[in-house]
Amino acid sequence: MDNYSNFILKNKWLVLLASLLLVAIAGMGAENLKFSSEYKTFFKEDNIQLKNYLGLQDIYSKSENVAFIIAPKSGNVFDQETLKATWELTNEAWFITYSSRVDSITNFQYSYADGDELIIEDLLLEADMLDQEKISQIKSVSLAEPLLRKKLIAEGGEATIVNVTITTPGIDKTLETPEVATSARKIRDQFKEKYPNIDFMLTGIVMMNNSFPESAKADAFILIPIMLGVVIFAVGILLRTFVGTFSTLIVILLSVIGTMGVWGWFGGYLTGPSSSSPTIILTLAVADCVHILSTFYLNMRNGMEKSLAIKDSIRVNLQPIFLTSLTTAVGFLTMMFSDSPPFGHLGIMVAIGVSFAFIFSVSVFPALLSIFPVRVKQRNNSKKDSMDKLANFVIGNRKWLLPVSTLIILGLASFVTNNELNDDFVKYFDKRVPFRQSTDYMQEHLSGMTMIELSIDSKKESGVNDPKFLKFVADMSDWLRAQPETDHVNTITDTLKRLNKNMHADDPAWYKLPQEQELAAQYLLLYELSLPQGLDVNNQLNVRKSSTRVVATFRSLKSSETIDMESRINDYFNQHNTQYELILASPSLMFSHIGQNNIISMLMGSSLALILISILLGIALRSVKLGLISLLPNLMPAAVGFGLWGLFVGEVGLGLSVVMGVTLGIVVDDTVHFMSKYVRARREKNLSSEDAIRYSFASVGKALWITTIVLVAGFGVMATSTFKVNADMGLLTAATILIALIIDFFFLPPLLMLLKNDKNNK
Amino acid sequence: MKLIKYAMLFITLTTSSTSFAEEAEDKGLKIAQETKAIDLGWKDSSAVLEMILKNKHGETSTRNMRMKSIEQKGDGDKSLNIFDSPRDVKGTAFLSFSHPVANDEQWLYLPALKRVKRISSRNKSGSFMGSEFSFEDLTSFEVDKYTYKYLRDELVNGENCWVVIQYPIDKYSGYKKRIVWIDQSEHRIRKTDFYDRKDSLLKTLTMSDFHHINKAFWRPQILSMVNHQSGKSTVLNFSHYVLSTGLDEKDFNQNALKRAR
Repeated sequence: MDNYSNFILKNKWLVLLASLLLVAIAGMGAENLKFSSEYKTFFKEDNIQLKNYLGLQDIYSKSENVAFIIAPKSGNVFDQETLKATWELTNEAWFITYSSRVDSITNFQYSYADGDELIIEDLLLEADMLDQEKISQIKSVSLAEPLLRKKLIAEGGEATIVNVTITTPGIDKTLETPEVATSARKIRDQFKEKYPNIDFMLTGIVMMNNSFPESAKADAFILIPIMLGVVIFAVGILLRTFVGTFSTLIVILLSVIGTMGVWGWFGGYLTGPSSSSPTIILTLAVADCVHILSTFYLNMRNGMEKSLAIKDSIRVNLQPIFLTSLTTAVGFLTMMFSDSPPFGHLGIMVAIGVSFAFIFSVSVFPALLSIFPVRVKQRNNSKKDSMDKLANFVIGNRKWLLPVSTLIILGLASFVTNNELNDDFVKYFDKRVPFRQSTDYMQEHLSGMTMIELSIDSKKESGVNDPKFLKFVADMSDWLRAQPETDHVNTITDTLKRLNKNMHADDPAWYKLPQEQELAAQYLLLYELSLPQGLDVNNQLNVRKSSTRVVATFRSLKSSETIDMESRINDYFNQHNTQYELILASPSLMFSHIGQNNIISMLMGSSLALILISILLGIALRSVKLGLISLLPNLMPAAVGFGLWGLFVGEVGLGLSVVMGVTLGIVVDDTVHFMSKYVRARREKNLSSEDAIRYSFASVGKALWITTIVLVAGFGVMATSTFKVNADMGLLTAATILIALIIDFFFLPPLLMLLKNDKNNK
Repeated sequence: MKLIKYAMLFITLTTSSTSFAEEAEDKGLKIAQETKAIDLGWKDSSAVLEMILKNKHGETSTRNMRMKSIEQKGDGDKSLNIFDSPRDVKGTAFLSFSHPVANDEQWLYLPALKRVKRISSRNKSGSFMGSEFSFEDLTSFEVDKYTYKYLRDELVNGENCWVVIQYPIDKYSGYKKRIVWIDQSEHRIRKTDFYDRKDSLLKTLTMSDFHHINKAFWRPQILSMVNHQSGKSTVLNFSHYVLSTGLDEKDFNQNALKRAR
């Protein structure tokens, strides 16, 4: 140990330069880093719901979209100006990058009979056709047409949507998605300027995909610098040392740059969750430095010479810091158990960062302290006294502190089960994000964003024409429409009914399905032959005409409700037929299932981590009993944290399912530092239990207190993220860390003192 | 002095570049007119057609039909399609009077209803039977449909070709432009690239297996269309292709449609 410290101090410049060089090389890898632009990165390639969804996109056509919401301030779409704007936007939308189809009320292929002629044409072919009669026609047709009502036109006529289907080449999604978003926004801005009386909003899956990297970048480029500032400020204020603060900053920068660089070398990409890694690494690096600084300053104030003070600080802190870094890394690595890759990435990145932080805090950090002149201010002993006072308070009141704190902990922890699993991916973005605002508006006025695609397979080529099959699909669509959660159902059977009516001189009595197979087939042929480019039926029928895609749109459903709807649909399907096959797919289903699957895998991972960490502690403290005791202050903060969350929020999503793993590693640090000092006092100094507690408070109390503030501040900044996954993670982690400190100060010491009687002085 | 020299150089260059542009347009038009002229006088055609559709997932579907066409002076051709498969649409017949710029006139005979329905729709750009061929792709080439611009010469499969851009005049066309490769030996179109309204490459059509029918007219027997954006494709296989068999106008009216088998 001494040799190591000597080496560092003797070769301080070498150490500094070598580290800078190493990080510079690593940092070059950071150039390769890209922000991933899509929700699919949250799922592994073999995820069933993802595979089903992608399969349907290949069989039929893509359903990823950009939707323009047109909301006139007058509240009435059916006037000259708004319809003209809708017509113009419909035409203009074909120019959006990678657009493959545009659907709106104006280009809806309206069919009607005129004598012996079947007329199929755009509901509004040319804007100059808009007169009072035309406007009334558009109004009555669009509000009555099941394909349009609530999907492209609000029931009350206050808003309409121009829906653009996007088919990206898929060569480089990180470039393609932003391209689409940019070209859509350009058009929106043009129209906003041209029609100041109308609100134009953008939503749709592609805009959502684009919001992911935008949020991640906002976190990376705005929140992280703020966090850095907050943390440095906190350290500076609390420790009152410029050199120490500056050296801490260097360690932080080296750790973060090194990590991002290494990740870039591995070919990694950044997602919402993993873009919070610099924030986490930064706080952990600070914790290490604060411990070394505290001991160093303590020594210097006691009159030790500078290099001796540094060496002693390293000697005292190396093992605990190593242990805390190791346990933190283990805690984060368990995130690799997650079914959602971005969280695994986050775990790996933080594990790397924590390792770098450890290495640099015991090499570069002391080197810097040694290089720079350090002035020791004569400080009064008030801070020491306050820790002493706290120690005495805890020791004196341990008789009621232990039972009372146990009761409170258990009481709060009982609310853990209040938490309901829910992933509403629209709410991943908070209300400051335009995508969220537009989507909320759409969900309120038109239809929700929860969709389920049903691919019903007749198992026979041209089986779609079979009247039995058609009746089944129509009945199922009716059943879907009857569900209270349903906003809209898109089915080819509606089109066939309308055609049947058209072919019988528009007699409403004929608005029903054709009863003969050949007739159905010929209607379809007729319809297909009449559609302009891009508006074909390939989005509803496959090439072999053996299966059809029905799309059901629901009001915003929670994950549990979506999964419930899924099983209700499956039940209906199985009860009403045995020969057809059903595949259900949608992003909503993907997110609903992954939340559930993830919780299970994360619980497994966290349990494993808990066991590993307790073993590590047992080994380090050389006591099985202490290793087991440590389980309590390690586990309780998460239990209480989730309990409070259950009490005040009640909803847990993908992001929070990883909080246990995240906090475990950090929470353990407090336990490690406190208990290692306690053990050292009992064994090396042969102190009584009470005195050992006093020693622990005196030596690490302040450092623990400071690191907790720093960590809480850091994660508190993360809690302001516009990306809910990160914001929730930040908030709960901050709360849990604070709770951990409280538990380590008021629950752990009484427990240790109580259990000391069972253990002989070693 | 020097100034005048440069001015003259400048004027010469700009006028020659504009005249080169005009040349390109003239040359393009000339090639189109030649292509059309060579193909005049076939009077009528009959063929059996097999259409194979394929999607990105690898699923295929086949449609069979018989096609008849009759030449029209100064207007698009008239054609009659009789569908033989899939089974459900057997006997359905489709009559079309195509026009270079205006809407095509179309009628469909539905055997299940035993009625002829006139279809009024701006579907020129729409897909024919769900395939990657649109109506405007299948109707005859008429010089009046486009404006032209010659690009360059290029070698395709050992044949020297002219490469010409065609800009559709009909505003309801689905394309911003088409680029065609016409071989210089026989004025046959070998390849066509279709660009959508965004001016992005949408489809490519390749023609092959040319038969020299009646030793007068070249007709490709295999047409292969690939949609680059959707990954779908359609192959048309012609067989029993004959010309000038003596069909006339009354084979291409609504009565003929009803009688078609």
